[in-house]
Amino acid sequence: MLLDFEKPITELDQKIHELSQMSSDGKIDILQDISNLQKKRDKLLHEVYENLTPFQKVQIARHTDRPHFKDYIKHMTSDFVEMSGDRLFGEDAAIIGGLARINDRTVMIMGHEKGSDIDSRLKHNFGMPLPEGYRKAQRLMRLAEQYQIPIVTIVDTAGAYPGMGAEERGQSEAIAKSIETCLSVSVPIVSIIIGEGGSGGAIAIATGNKVMMLEHAIYSVISPEGCASILWRSRDKKEEAAEAQKLTAQDLKRLDIIDQIIPEPLGGAHRDVKKTILNVKAALNKELDSLTKLSGSALKNQRAKKYLQMGKKT
Amino acid sequence: MNWISNYVRPKLRALVGAKNETPENLWTKCPKCEQMLFMRDLERNHYVCTNCDHHLRMSAEQRLKFLFDEGQYKEIDLPEAQNDPLKFKDTKRYSDRLKTYRDKTKNMDAVRIATGTISDEKLVVCAFDFNFMGGSMGIVVGESIVRAAEEALRIKKPLLIITASGGARMQEGAFSLMQMPKSMVAVEMMKNAGLPYLVLLTDPTTGGVSASFAMAGDIAIAEPEAMIGFAGRRVIEETIREKLPDNFQTAEHLLEHGMIDMVVHRHELRAKLSRILRLLNQRHA
Ligand SMILES: [Zn+2]
Repeated sequence: MLLDFEKPITELDQKIHELSQMSSDGKIDILQDISNLQKKRDKLLHEVYENLTPFQKVQIARHTDRPHFKDYIKHMTSDFVEMSGDRLFGEDAAIIGGLARINDRTVMIMGHEKGSDIDSRLKHNFGMPLPEGYRKAQRLMRLAEQYQIPIVTIVDTAGAYPGMGAEERGQSEAIAKSIETCLSVSVPIVSIIIGEGGSGGAIAIATGNKVMMLEHAIYSVISPEGCASILWRSRDKKEEAAEAQKLTAQDLKRLDIIDQIIPEPLGGAHRDVKKTILNVKAALNKELDSLTKLSGSALKNQRAKKYLQMGKKT
Repeated sequence: MNWISNYVRPKLRALVGAKNETPENLWTKCPKCEQMLFMRDLERNHYVCTNCDHHLRMSAEQRLKFLFDEGQYKEIDLPEAQNDPLKFKDTKRYSDRLKTYRDKTKNMDAVRIATGTISDEKLVVCAFDFNFMGGSMGIVVGESIVRAAEEALRIKKPLLIITASGGARMQEGAFSLMQMPKSMVAVEMMKNAGLPYLVLLTDPTTGGVSASFAMAGDIAIAEPEAMIGFAGRRVIEETIREKLPDNFQTAEHLLEHGMIDMVVHRHELRAKLSRILRLLNQRHA
C-alpha cells in the first residue's frame, strides 16, 4: 500500500535498493552515494512524520501493513486460546478473543481484526462487527471477571457493521450492553487503539480503566468522510473535517480523552511491526502491574469517575 | 347553484383574510398523508394526525406538558459544561449554531429535565428536543442524563427518558462519543439503586443515542412507526447495495424482532405509563 505523501520516501528507498544491488562489486563511490541517499531519506522521513496533517494520520491509521490484532497475538502473547461464539446466535470473526499469557500473566484479550488479504478481510468482515461480535466480547469479559483476570482490548475498526441483519439483531443494544459490561466488571480493562477507533463500534470495547493510543492512531465519533458529507455536504472536505474533529492521539491526549500515547517507530508502525508491538507490550505491562493492585470496587469507581468527568467544566 | 359558496367564497376569504390570519401557524401539513391539519385540532389530539393517525414529532416542552398530570411539572436547570471544547467550525461556527438554537428553542441544549406526576405517580423525566440540533448528544446532554439520574436517586423515584435524536453531536468530536459511556454510568446508578429506568423511544432514535442509554432501559416503549436504529437507512442501503423494506427500523419492526417491549399509541401512553409506574412503585404490600 502506497500513501501519496510517502511517495518521495519510497522513491528514495527504490533508488537505494537499486544502488545497493549495483554495489555488490564493492565500488566505493556507489557506497558513498548509498549512504548519502540513506541520510537524505531518513531526514525526509523525519520531516514528513513530524509534520503529518490529521488526514495523513487517518491514512496511516488505515494502512494495510500496520500490525493487526493477529500480529499482536503473535508477538505479544503466548499460549493464545481462541474462544468463539456469543452462545446466542452466531460467531463473528470481526472481533477475536480468548485467553492468553502476557509475560507471566493470564489475560482475556480481545479486539477487532480487519484481515490482511482479500480472503481474511472477508472472513473478518473488514473488522466491522455484528451484534454477535459484541455479545461474544461481553461473554468473554464476564468470564474474565469470573476468573479474576485482567482484560485487554485491542481496538481497530472503521465502525460497527451497518447491515440489515445487524440492525434486526440489535446492533444498538449490543453496543450499549458492551459499554455497560466494560463499566461493571470487577477486573482491570486496558484498551489500546492501534489503528482506527471508529465511533460506537470502538467505544463498545474501549471503555477501559486506561485507554492508550498508538502515536498515529485515530479515534473519532464519525469518519472524516462521513463528517464532511454531513456537515460540509461534500466528502471532498474530508481533510478539513479531520482537522476540525481533533481525532489524533496528540489532540485526544491534550483533551484528556485518552490516558497515554504509545510511540511508534520512525515512519509509522507499518515500517516496523515488531518494534511497535514491543512498545505496546511494555506500556501494557506497566498498566497491568499497577491496575491489578486495585480492588474490584476501586476499578469500577475509577472507570465511572473517568467517564463522568469527560467534558465537564474545568 | 352552490358553485359560488363552494368555490368563490373560500377564494374570496383567502384573499381578504390573508392579511392577519397567516395560515403558516394556523395550519400544518401531516408529513405522512400530507393532509392540511388545523393546528388547534392537532394540538388537542396531542400531535397525532386526525386523518391518518401518524404521530408527529413533539418538542420537549410539548412532551412534558402532555405527559404530566394537568401539564404541571417542575423543571430542573441543565448542568453547565464545556460549551465548544474543540472550537469547531464547519461551514459555520459551532458556537454560532448553538446560539441560534438556544434562541430558537429557548433552551440551553437538546433536552429538558423535569419532575412531576403521572396519575399521581412521581418520577423524573428527561425529554429530548429534536428541534435542537436534531436532538444530538453532546456534553450537556450527557451531563443532563446523569443529572436526571441523580435527581431520581435523590427522590428515590423512577427515571423516564424520552428519546428523539439523530445520534452524536459531531461538533463536539470524541467528547460526544464519550457521552455514551457517561450515560451508561447513569443507567448503572439507577440499576444499582434498584430504581426503574424506563425509555420511551420516539421518532427518530439513532446512532450513539440508540447505542447507549436508549437501548438499555428496563422497559422499552416506542411510539408507532418511530424510526429506531443504529445506522441510518441511507448508510445501510449504500453498504448492502439494496433497497430496504419500508417498515425497516420502525418501532413495529423492532417489536417483531424482540428489541423493545411494546409499541404504544400516544393516546394510550399516559395510562400505560401510570400502570407500569404503579406496579413498580408499589412493589410490596
Ligand atoms: Zn396524516
